[in-house]
Amino acid sequence: MSSPTTTPRRRHVLDLDDWSADELRSLLTIATQMKDILERPVKQVPTLRGKIVVNMFWEDSTRTRSSFELAAKALSANVLSLGAKDTSVKKGESLVDTVRTVQALGADYIVMRHGQSGSPYLVAQHFRGSVINGGDGRHAHPSQALLDLFTMHERLGELADKKVVIVGDILHSRVARSNLWALTTMGAKVVVCGPPTLIGPAKYWQSTWPNVEISHSLDHAAEGADVLMALRLQHERMEGGLLPSLREYSRRFGLNATRVASANSNVIVMHPGPMNEGVEIMPDVATGPHSVIETQITNGVAMRMALFYYLATGSEQV
Amino acid sequence: MTPKQLMNDEEIRRALKRIAHEIVERNAGASLVSLVGIHRRGVPLARRLAAMIAETEHVQVPVGELDIGLYRDDLHSRGPAPILGRTILPELGKRIVVLVDDVLYTGRTIRAALNELSDWGRPSAIQLAVLVDRGHRELPIRADFVGKNIPTAKNERVDVQLSEIDQAQDSVVIVQED
Repeated sequence: MSSPTTTPRRRHVLDLDDWSADELRSLLTIATQMKDILERPVKQVPTLRGKIVVNMFWEDSTRTRSSFELAAKALSANVLSLGAKDTSVKKGESLVDTVRTVQALGADYIVMRHGQSGSPYLVAQHFRGSVINGGDGRHAHPSQALLDLFTMHERLGELADKKVVIVGDILHSRVARSNLWALTTMGAKVVVCGPPTLIGPAKYWQSTWPNVEISHSLDHAAEGADVLMALRLQHERMEGGLLPSLREYSRRFGLNATRVASANSNVIVMHPGPMNEGVEIMPDVATGPHSVIETQITNGVAMRMALFYYLATGSEQV
Repeated sequence: MTPKQLMNDEEIRRALKRIAHEIVERNAGASLVSLVGIHRRGVPLARRLAAMIAETEHVQVPVGELDIGLYRDDLHSRGPAPILGRTILPELGKRIVVLVDDVLYTGRTIRAALNELSDWGRPSAIQLAVLVDRGHRELPIRADFVGKNIPTAKNERVDVQLSEIDQAQDSVVIVQED
């Protein structure tokens, strides 16, 4: 008996800019079932048995890399995780050479993080298997946005017309950009909030994201919000002169109890981690009753399992 | 070729009734029996069997549901991503588990279900009940309880419709495929 199917299969997950709402919904359904597996007596199913997943992280990441690793292992894949130190980049090997090497080792999936925006597209051109973007430069971080979407959907149901406030360094954030694609596709009302130096020119927003609201006051933006998502403030932004001081940033754009109280009564507080507690989020909010930050981590494994499953079905058909 | 009906709702009801009796007879009552339906149409069939057993034996048999999507051996040649159903199982240890499915064909679904069950626990025995056995086994698997044996050709398809899922009257039809 064949189950209901959705759109034609994808080979890679590089960005969320071309995903339909139906496709996102079917991924949410799959992630729900994957989450069940993590609560079974045997937290492993044989779906990817005999397949090889190679994690290639040219930028440091503990969270995303271990999440992908656990997800692949829960599906019984063989996993090899390489950090920047393990590759021969320092010996002058190019990205494409590295991909050819990994391919010759028999990899079926590459999960990659790289500082260069767009690099997963280059890798996808030279790799016969599937590529999952684990974060590229300022461009995209699709699996993070999908686990965020999963967490919001789990708590709030349908996201159409829900008010989602993303606060922080929007301009340099791949997490924000991928979330914008996913959330606007699902019909959420998105507000991006931060100081003008971290939001970028109004012209860009008008032309690219006409339906996204811009705010420079978190006090105002937080009112009636269904989701408050704080982004990590990278310290190099301070050095670049984009911020007057951490203390001032925290006072104006930090998630504190007062701001959470002005939101909807069932608001959820999110953060992609790792957090600068006391800067973009206060410790009592991070561990408070509205926080779903730990759930985001659990859901990350389930959503990444869903992505592997999504790419695996029909991979040997064409 | 127009679909040909092989069983109507009344025939399906009688076949299930008989299977329910056979399950009770074979296992000397129903007190140790658990029913596990395989997604999708095995699930309502398992519920119906449980209701029939409850009627005659006054025992509420635990009913579970099993989705074997992640245990398939043909996942990589199928696609696009099939939506997975839920797997909710009662305690399996020391129980006689009767797997329930609508059509038994190659046996690969049952192979996957057996693997999945053994990841969940260790039943004292596993038996298999199917509404239709259409032959063409590719694995050494047979059913313990069969509603109807229907000889088929490989280019034919057996479609089971159940009111719970298909919003149509219960029926089993055979369709010729090109």
